[in-house]
Amino acid sequence: MTTSRKTETPAFPDLSTVPRVDRVGVEERCARFQTRSIKKESKLYALNLVLSMIDLTTLEGQDTPGKVSQLCYKARHLHDANPGLPHVAAVCVYPTLVRTARKALGDSGIHVASVATAFPSGLASREVKLRETRFAVDEGADEIDMVISRGHFLAGDYSYVFDEIAAVKQACGESHLKVILETGELSTFDNVRRASVLAMHAGANFIKTSTGKVQPAATLPVTFVMLQAIRDYYCKTGRMVGMKPAGGISKAKLSIQYLVMLRETLGKDWMSPDWFRFGASSLANDVLMQIMKQQTGAYQSLDYFSKD
Amino acid sequence: MSTSSGSKISFDTEWEYSPAPESTSHVTIEPQYELFINGEFVAPQDGTYFETINPATETAITKVAAAGDGDVDLAIRAARAAYEDSWSKISASERGKYMYRIARVIQERAREFAVVESLDGGKPIRESRDVDVPLAAAHFFYYAGWADKLEYAFPGKAPASLGVAGQIIPWNFPLLMAAWKIAPALATGNTVVLKPAETTPLTALLLAEVIRDAGVPAGVVNIVTGEGSTGAAIVDHPGIDKIAFTGSTEVGKIIQRAVAGSPKKYTLELGGKAANIVFEDAAIDQAVEGIVNGIFFNQGHVCCAGSRLFVQESVAETVIDKLKDRIEKLIVGDPLDKNTDIGAINSKPQLEKIEEYIRIGEAEGAELYQSGCAVPTQGFWCRPTLFLNTSQSHRIVQEEIFGPVLAVQTFRTVSEGIEKANNTPYGLSGGVWTDKGAKIFHMTSKIRAGVLWANTFNKFDPSSPFGGYKESGLGREGGLHGLMPYVRME
Repeated sequence: MTTSRKTETPAFPDLSTVPRVDRVGVEERCARFQTRSIKKESKLYALNLVLSMIDLTTLEGQDTPGKVSQLCYKARHLHDANPGLPHVAAVCVYPTLVRTARKALGDSGIHVASVATAFPSGLASREVKLRETRFAVDEGADEIDMVISRGHFLAGDYSYVFDEIAAVKQACGESHLKVILETGELSTFDNVRRASVLAMHAGANFIKTSTGKVQPAATLPVTFVMLQAIRDYYCKTGRMVGMKPAGGISKAKLSIQYLVMLRETLGKDWMSPDWFRFGASSLANDVLMQIMKQQTGAYQSLDYFSKD
Repeated sequence: MSTSSGSKISFDTEWEYSPAPESTSHVTIEPQYELFINGEFVAPQDGTYFETINPATETAITKVAAAGDGDVDLAIRAARAAYEDSWSKISASERGKYMYRIARVIQERAREFAVVESLDGGKPIRESRDVDVPLAAAHFFYYAGWADKLEYAFPGKAPASLGVAGQIIPWNFPLLMAAWKIAPALATGNTVVLKPAETTPLTALLLAEVIRDAGVPAGVVNIVTGEGSTGAAIVDHPGIDKIAFTGSTEVGKIIQRAVAGSPKKYTLELGGKAANIVFEDAAIDQAVEGIVNGIFFNQGHVCCAGSRLFVQESVAETVIDKLKDRIEKLIVGDPLDKNTDIGAINSKPQLEKIEEYIRIGEAEGAELYQSGCAVPTQGFWCRPTLFLNTSQSHRIVQEEIFGPVLAVQTFRTVSEGIEKANNTPYGLSGGVWTDKGAKIFHMTSKIRAGVLWANTFNKFDPSSPFGGYKESGLGREGGLHGLMPYVRME
């Protein structure tokens, strides 16, 4: 396979030591996270943190430079009526729109993330995937969101998946690599945990649940399984890997429950946009609405929040 | 297996959860509570009252009547009269009707019950709200359903009621234990004299209100508060047909001696020292969660708590590291805060007992590990506690501590796990953690305990029988089996 000329060739992990996952136990633990009562200052803190962790996303066949420019303006100016809000972490687009986003975001500090590797199916040749990755990087993407080959994974060809991730990682150069497991197609938490381990060992900077094109997308339980994989990988190797749940998180309340889970699983060091992201298109406005509610005591009409 | 880089997760985040206290505005605590005898609240004959305190603040909540021998006699006579005049005469479906009413009113007043339970007993509101109160209602619903179907519970036989049941319950699940006792007794046509524990009488007295408001005929349920002497008066009274006791093995033995040679039937649900056994092929992260739930649920004041942990040696280091990590995140404090995981120790004597065992464990040379969490200055508190490197010969392994203290041992083989699990005078419950179904069946058929959980722990359901082997007691409560102690076959 593609041999890395880097000094650190990623080593294929011993999958026999990957812990099994019991679905009932995972769901019970997640229900507990959801009963945490987050009020007042702690809620406001969380809402601001959520905003700063959002990868504002548009991944439609109908995307145009115009649409992406508008989204980028929104990314920089979430709600100018309320100064002092953080900006989102990144804007996530298809490779051909990276240049537009790069230009629109300028020196704002907001990253440009691009999906690649024949998103969302991942059914393309290795060569095409690597070329697409390099293209997105050359266009200015700071972050690459790749999809794994679920077919090969489900067929048990783990080394194919591993080598592919490692090759894409190499093609990313300095750009960060997020590896989308598409958990909705992996069917079991055992598979999710195994795929997480594969991706991390192959060099992923982030692991990500979903493309958003398959249901179920991100859920608390599946994210929890991945967070536990990240924790064990960190304790074993000392390397931090980020987490990005994506798809289906559109309410502020749910996003806070994700942060509760993050706080009680990975602790302080992960509570930052450097290590945790929400892949979402409509979450930001609900969070903004809740922030305004916390500050003014009243809910405002959604028409006061821009829809870009 | 665990090649650790030494990297540790830090939970010292700047994002702290703001206090989230459950509102108490919907709860009225009377300045004084009387005995519930013959459908009315009546003062004790000798005018004696005792205080019940909030273990989280050490302040008195209210005063409660102490029933003397005369009050107990009155209550038992009322129960006898109600049995003969009404409860044994009305149709079974009528009995069911009253029980459904009780269940529904418990649900309607659930928030009130939950708050009072946490105030009086110290358990976190999350547990009283999500476990104790819903399960108490579920028990009444479940047994209400049996009331007019007893001939199907015992096919070919004619089950008849016994008469008056004397019931004595502990302080760890005050409302739930009252429901466990009262519901099967009423369903089978018996009347009841129940004594709640002296540190937690309030929810039983609330339940008395519910029973009165449900229109249950006077005297069918009588609730007499008091200390051990009140319980003894019930046990020794000749007008009692059946004793149902939940509490310590020590008191259970006294009761067994007291009723020996008498026609009184009895069931005893006593102490435990359950083995929670984690195999190397378990879903480790969920097992860790189950260990935590097994021992720290209700501050460890659980007779079926998983207080002895056995971890297979090949995964012991991993499990213990994860367990230490996990208990750091448990929030100990105000029972009424919705985010509290572990509330207050129920009473000062209980806290002193737990602390004494922690001293014993240290003196025995076991390795102590406690979570670094902050605890309030006022009130009775105990941090989640692990004792590592213990053996079967340690007293902290042999004796019931009834607190948030876990004794951890390792084992190598399946047979060693079984031998150690059974090497105890108790036999109430146990847990097995493995991904292998065959191992679950093997273990659960070999471990001598009344309740065994596989890949979970501390799960209760009214349809499932509960009870012990050996010194953990005799008789079963819950489910179809829970009807048997309250009937005689004609």
